[in-house]
This record gives sequence, structure tokens and C-alpha cells, in this order.
Amino acid sequence: MTREISRTELFLGFLKIGLLGFGGIAPWARHVIVEERGWVSDKDYAAVLGIGQVLPGPNTMNMAVMLGDRFQGTAGAVLSLLGLMAMPLLILVGLATLYARFAAVPWVGAAVGGAASGAAGLVIGTALKMIRNIRPTPMAWLFGLLAFVAIGVLQLPLVAVVVVLVPLSIAAAALERRA
Amino acid sequence: MRGGLLGQIAVTFASLSLVSIGGANAILPEIHRQVVEVLGWMDDATFAHLFAISQAAPGPNVLLVSLIGWQMAGVAGLLVATSAILLPSAVLAFAAGRIVARWSETAWVRVAKNGLVPIALGLILASGLVTARAADHDALGFAISGGTALFLVLSNRNPLWALGVGTLVSVVCTLL
Repeated sequence: MTREISRTELFLGFLKIGLLGFGGIAPWARHVIVEERGWVSDKDYAAVLGIGQVLPGPNTMNMAVMLGDRFQGTAGAVLSLLGLMAMPLLILVGLATLYARFAAVPWVGAAVGGAASGAAGLVIGTALKMIRNIRPTPMAWLFGLLAFVAIGVLQLPLVAVVVVLVPLSIAAAALERRA
Repeated sequence: MRGGLLGQIAVTFASLSLVSIGGANAILPEIHRQVVEVLGWMDDATFAHLFAISQAAPGPNVLLVSLIGWQMAGVAGLLVATSAILLPSAVLAFAAGRIVARWSETAWVRVAKNGLVPIALGLILASGLVTARAADHDALGFAISGGTALFLVLSNRNPLWALGVGTLVSVVCTLL
């Protein structure tokens, strides 16, 4: 809070995070923001990221918006968001163009297929890792399982599931806290 | 027709933006349902390929949406899809950041967070399963998914290693 972070610094910092973030930007975001640039402390960073996690949208995007706003107001939020998205979008278009041109080559298809399987594994692994680190209460296990079955197994529409489960889960968390 | 398609892209993804608690991973099954089953924009294989390319690029997983926009309507589609999925949630984050900065230590904020966390976890795990079903067509695919998941849980190294090995194994097995 005490340190002055300029708009240029914000933009360039998030630009770098976006450029580095192969396989997910969260680890790089912490590295650049906390260790390399010292914009905020570890504890402060975890708090902002936690709020970003609870809100809809990518948690790192939300974190960028909130930190940008904290240091440079609305302009800071916009610049942080643009910085974070610029490089990934450029690289994405480059990869997609290359793929469209070489998709017919057998090993290119196999490579992309293998990457797709691996990417699915990354998502599963990320969820398992988060569950391990967060160590949910029995009530949290129940609601996590309900959400998993509703979407992953029954393939129900997401909005309906969220609208029903989120209020119930928050109510349960309130009751658990009181008990 | 082009304007109609861009409008459809905007509406489809903007309506998903505010329910994407836990990020793009959490709405993957819904994106898949909309794009493949409801709108019929592409088949399962194309969807899985776009997902793989979006994971290979750096940046947030929400890039899948940008890529779907690109696939459907070029640069205009890319920009419309990206803005549609990001802007609503970014505006909400902006407002919430200012509110939470004021109320951060109240019991209500903490209770709401406790209630939201398990839903987010369940949704991410579900999207992993849905994606694996779309991407894995044989035992090799399932083995790569399983191995990558295991690597992530057991190791703190950059997940890019697991992605690279999985890709290599797939190429080698196809060529042999």
C-alpha cells in the first residue's frame, strides 16, 4: 500500500506474467508480483487472490483488476488487464495459425492430441492439489461432491447448478460456523 | 450473417462470464455443451484440439474462448469472444475489490468464501473429467491424462514438463 507503483510498471509487470505463464499463470503471477517486484507482501497477495478465486472470472484476471485499481485506480485496472492478456492472445493466434497449416501432418495431430490429454490431466491434477491444500470440512466435501456429480457426471446446465448450490453451500457454511 | 454470428458469440460468452466461479476451468463443461451440442459450431475433436492449443499458449485458460471466437469469425470473433467472457467478471471484480477492501474482516465475507470454495473445487474437477472424456480416445490418452494429473499432485515443478512428456509420448507411439 505504501509503495508507489506507476502505470507503466503495472502494465509491464503484467505483460511479463502473461508472457511467462505457460501451463497456467498463477505461479508466475506470484513470482513477479511478490518476489521480483515486491508490489505487495505474500499475505496481501494471497488475500487478493482469494477474493479473485471466489468471484466469477479467472482468479488472476480478477487479481490484476483489483491490484491495478489499488495502485492506479480505474486506469491501473484497465492497463493491468490489457497487459496480462496481450502476449497470450498474440501467441495463441500464432499457434492456431501454425496448427491450421500443419494439422494434416500425422505427428502434428498426434502432438496436439497428446497435449489435449495432458491438458485435461492438468485440470484434474490442479483440482486434486487444491483439495489437498484446502482440506475441506465434511460439509464442504458434500457440496464439492454435489457440484462435481451435477456437472461432471450428470452434465446438467451450469447456471442452474450454481444458482441452486451456491446459496445452499453458503447457508451450510454459516450454520457450520455457528455450530 | 457475420454480424449475427458475432452477436451470438457475444451473448453466449457474456452470459457465461458471471457464472465462471473458479475461472474458465469451471465453465468448460458448459462451454463444451453450448458450442458442440447446443449451437453445433464444431465437433468434439475440433473442440479438444482448440482446448489443447489454448493450453499450450501461456495465459489464463479463458483463452479457449478467444480461440473459439477466432475459429468462428477470425480476428473480430477473437476480440468479441475475449471481451464478452472477460468484461462482465472484470467489472464485478473491480466493484467487489472496492467493497471488500472496506469490509474484508467481517464474518459475512468469510462465510461466503467458505461456502463458495467447495463449489469451485467440485466444478474444476468436473471440468477435468469432461475434458478428459473429449480428449482421450484410447488407453494411451487416458494414461497421459492420468500421468499428468499425478505429476501435478506429486510435484511442484513446472507443469510444462508433464505436458511436454505427454505430447512426446503421443507422437512417439503414433509414429511407431
